[in-house]
Amino acid sequence: MNDRSGHPLHPLLADPALLRARLRPAAGRHRRERLFYLLCLAVAGSAVLILVLLFGTITIMGLSTLSWQFLTVPPSPSAADSGMYPAIMGSIWVVILAMLAALPLGTASAVLLEEYRPRSAWIRNALHVIELNITNLAGVPSVVYGILGLTVFVYMFPLFDGSGKPVVEWGVRYYDQFYNEADTVLLVPVSSLDAPPVVPTTGLQAYDANYRPVTLRVIGPDDPWPEDPERARVTLRSTDMGGRISEKSWHYFCLPFGRGVLAGALTLALVILPTIIIAAREALRAVPDSLREGSFALGATRWQTIRRVTLPAALPGIMTGSILAMSRAIGEAAPLIMISGIVFLSNPPRHLMDDFTVMPLQIFNWAQRPQADFHLLAASGIIVLLVILLVFNSIALFIRQRYQKPLS
Amino acid sequence: MARDLNIRFLHEHDMNSKNTLEMPLSPESRVRGQAARRARRVVEALIVTVLGTSTGITLLVTAAILLVLGVETVQFFRQEEVTLREFFFSLRWNPLLGGEKHFGIWPLLTGTLLISVIGLAVAVPMGLVTAIYLSEYAHPRVRAVLKPALELLAGIPTVVYGFFALAFITPLLKWLHEGFNSYNALSAGIAVGILIVPIVSSIAEDAMRAVPNALREGVYGLGGTRFDAAVKVVFPAALSGIVAAVLLAMARAVGETMVVALAAGSTPRLAYDPRLETQTMTGFMVQMAMGDVSNFGVEYYSLYAVAATLFLMTFSLTLLGAWVRRRYQEKYE
Repeated sequence: MNDRSGHPLHPLLADPALLRARLRPAAGRHRRERLFYLLCLAVAGSAVLILVLLFGTITIMGLSTLSWQFLTVPPSPSAADSGMYPAIMGSIWVVILAMLAALPLGTASAVLLEEYRPRSAWIRNALHVIELNITNLAGVPSVVYGILGLTVFVYMFPLFDGSGKPVVEWGVRYYDQFYNEADTVLLVPVSSLDAPPVVPTTGLQAYDANYRPVTLRVIGPDDPWPEDPERARVTLRSTDMGGRISEKSWHYFCLPFGRGVLAGALTLALVILPTIIIAAREALRAVPDSLREGSFALGATRWQTIRRVTLPAALPGIMTGSILAMSRAIGEAAPLIMISGIVFLSNPPRHLMDDFTVMPLQIFNWAQRPQADFHLLAASGIIVLLVILLVFNSIALFIRQRYQKPLS
Repeated sequence: MARDLNIRFLHEHDMNSKNTLEMPLSPESRVRGQAARRARRVVEALIVTVLGTSTGITLLVTAAILLVLGVETVQFFRQEEVTLREFFFSLRWNPLLGGEKHFGIWPLLTGTLLISVIGLAVAVPMGLVTAIYLSEYAHPRVRAVLKPALELLAGIPTVVYGFFALAFITPLLKWLHEGFNSYNALSAGIAVGILIVPIVSSIAEDAMRAVPNALREGVYGLGGTRFDAAVKVVFPAALSGIVAAVLLAMARAVGETMVVALAAGSTPRLAYDPRLETQTMTGFMVQMAMGDVSNFGVEYYSLYAVAATLFLMTFSLTLLGAWVRRRYQEKYE
């Protein structure tokens, strides 16, 4: 057989059966291609399915117990009356303090690593080591940071005795509190928590329940109680015993920090520091060099360039990165459980050294109880947490879309 | 490179004030100009010092971790009840209950490995197939949905996954098979696996997207299908990144805390049955943090010994991952 030009036809084309046989592997390849594509779709679909199941389970369980009361009351031994107000306030305190510590540190490190090119090879190597170190810090499990915080911030181990009890204190007053027979409260100031108990004596300076200064009058154990209510108000019997109380102001501060808000926040700051540095470096790297060169050409120094040109240009990126770091911090439970443990609190923190709990810890606490009622509360807590995260991520997305103009 | 040169040039220019134009200035103004320049140089030096100190803090953090874990672990081995031999060769971990205490790390170590292996068995196939799909197949519109979904999975707090394991996966497993305990290794492992899927998929996808298109076009030119391109060419070319992704995911699984604390239980045991309760190193640390343990007892120091073991494991996995990525990276220029 010949084709139109007279050349002999290729034997494959001459015999249709042979051609089909030869092409079959190709057909198999196409079938494999299609199968693999279906596998891809199935796996990718299962990722979405897991997400749906996760949100579905939590919504179904949690919506029934979610209410305004849930957000505004403290936890209680009965599930029906429980809320997470102290945990929400604790999260706000801890995350804001952690950001205040980590953001300046992280941005400063990123600026140094991105904007300065030292000429000395020695310093260049040192910076390279620091870069490697930051990558490694990002891979350290957060529970290890918890152990670090426990030792360094809570106990301040080598400096103090390791009991975590306050050794040096500011902003606290100690009193011995007396109740007299007229049921009024009298407070006698003492110097420290461990001072010897006050023996009531006439003429001693004391305070009443509203912290108004009064002068004590002391009578013997068997003397008649004064008739005059004004005198009765400041009278104690010489055998009365007081109880030691402390009054901590909002600026109360002590060393070592103990299991308080500040120790938790600093620990959390260490956890998110590598994330912030990496995000800020990426933002700085995205600023085109032409901007820097323009600034240098106008005679600006390195720092003037950074402050007036590079940092403002990188700010949206840095902010996006820090908001994402912040949402990581809000959800982080492992390091904080090492610092605060599981505590039952009915008040939000009042000062930097106060006991605290955070939302993920409250959720953990509820979820690990055997009763199903508390599992519903945990689900409600998760909804609150996820909504907050969603808001944060939306803000980050908004900033990215709105302010990140192409600079080059 | 260009930026480097320019900056150096400008810098030297700044230093050599001889190069500036000679202008008819009054002596006073020249002095003032010199003073201003000196002040600026002082400010620059000060700024560099501040920035350098901040950067140095990251080194300090690492040093503090090593020091704290090291010193307290040495304290642990100094206790009478503990010997190095027991720590590494005893098969029982029983630090809390009164009476006979045992400090063999193996039960915690195998528990950790069991859950990490289950996690990887879930995350590696899922993560890699997702990565191949995203990098080689997915239509941009599908990508625009799938990528944020994975980022969402990555952004969910781990305590939520723990709750999901407890409230959904465990009941499902118990329904499928009656032998499952209320706290079991499989449930926690699956949740850990879901948690690390985004790590595997995003790093592996980055590695696969970095493979130049010319390689794919070569496959098509030889008559290959997309499957051939993805699995036989792009995948091997990106293997260093993929191995690094798996190692990082493993480090994350080993260090994962809240999921195992919630779903895996609190009985350390040297068993490979995923239906039973188990305890990981991180789970033990949480258990210690929740109880009132004194600050000086041998139990307290055992916390640091476990933390040091955990740190060594994750640190070597991270280093290994970085090394694989650098050493075996294929370069296409």
